[in-house]
Amino acid sequence: MKRVFPILVALTAGLLAYAFYEAMWVAPTERTMGDVQRIFYYHVPSAWTAFILFFVNLVASVAYLIRRNPKADALAAVSAEVGVVFCTVVLVTGPIWARPVWGIWWTWDIRLTTTLVLWLIYVSYLVLRRFSDSAQTPKLAAVLAIFGALDVPLVYFSIWFFRTQHPQPVIGGGGSIDPRMLHVLLINWLAFSCLAFVLCWARYHVEQLNRQYEESLALESLMADSVSTSHRRQGGANPDRAKKAAS
Amino acid sequence: MNSVKFLYAAYIATWVIHGAYFTTLVRRYLRLRRQIKG
Repeated sequence: MKRVFPILVALTAGLLAYAFYEAMWVAPTERTMGDVQRIFYYHVPSAWTAFILFFVNLVASVAYLIRRNPKADALAAVSAEVGVVFCTVVLVTGPIWARPVWGIWWTWDIRLTTTLVLWLIYVSYLVLRRFSDSAQTPKLAAVLAIFGALDVPLVYFSIWFFRTQHPQPVIGGGGSIDPRMLHVLLINWLAFSCLAFVLCWARYHVEQLNRQYEESLALESLMADSVSTSHRRQGGANPDRAKKAAS
Repeated sequence: MNSVKFLYAAYIATWVIHGAYFTTLVRRYLRLRRQIKG
């Protein structure tokens, strides 16, 4: 495992560099928007990757609720965190693209609003996991994850069902795209998916290490408690008993 | 309007976000290793 990870990181870095080159210099320039349209090659793959990660989070959360497997809980936590990172990229690159094209940074359009709500739901999921010490936290987080996942299809299909400023989907939505642009889009998606996998792998390793550390701390405190209890039972910790024994 | 500036800003923002997240991961990992050894 330790040998595979650096190789995977190197391959991902190479793929990301190639995808960047394709997006900047190989993809044709869009006629109306010009070069700024190239934000599309980062914005759309990041959104797709975030959706996949939130789907993984949903599957892992359901698996945890059924089997109570701590590994499923760890996978749910990891996929939600990396998904929030990719969703943040979507929410940052979107307004940067909108400003020169629409003339505004933000509008309370259905697609933009549902994406912001999705981000807020998963941030609250991470806050719950971070600051709640209860033994019920994984169960509560899994239920919240199921509610959060309901927003994903709403984000995706919102531009089909509502009139919106956001462009129609380029794949499966009746929109058309130049085959060379589609090729570059798919390469960037592959590169960002590999990046997501690497980040999830690293984060999962940190999560497992953290759980091991917390378990060892809990075991140490349990042992310290049992030692002090047995010491008290023998009268060692009671000063009155100690005085009586001395007299 | 120089729209290329917006393109660069979006690409830089993407890598700043991923870089910042990766840095927090490395810091968390190093802190945990130090705590486990200590």
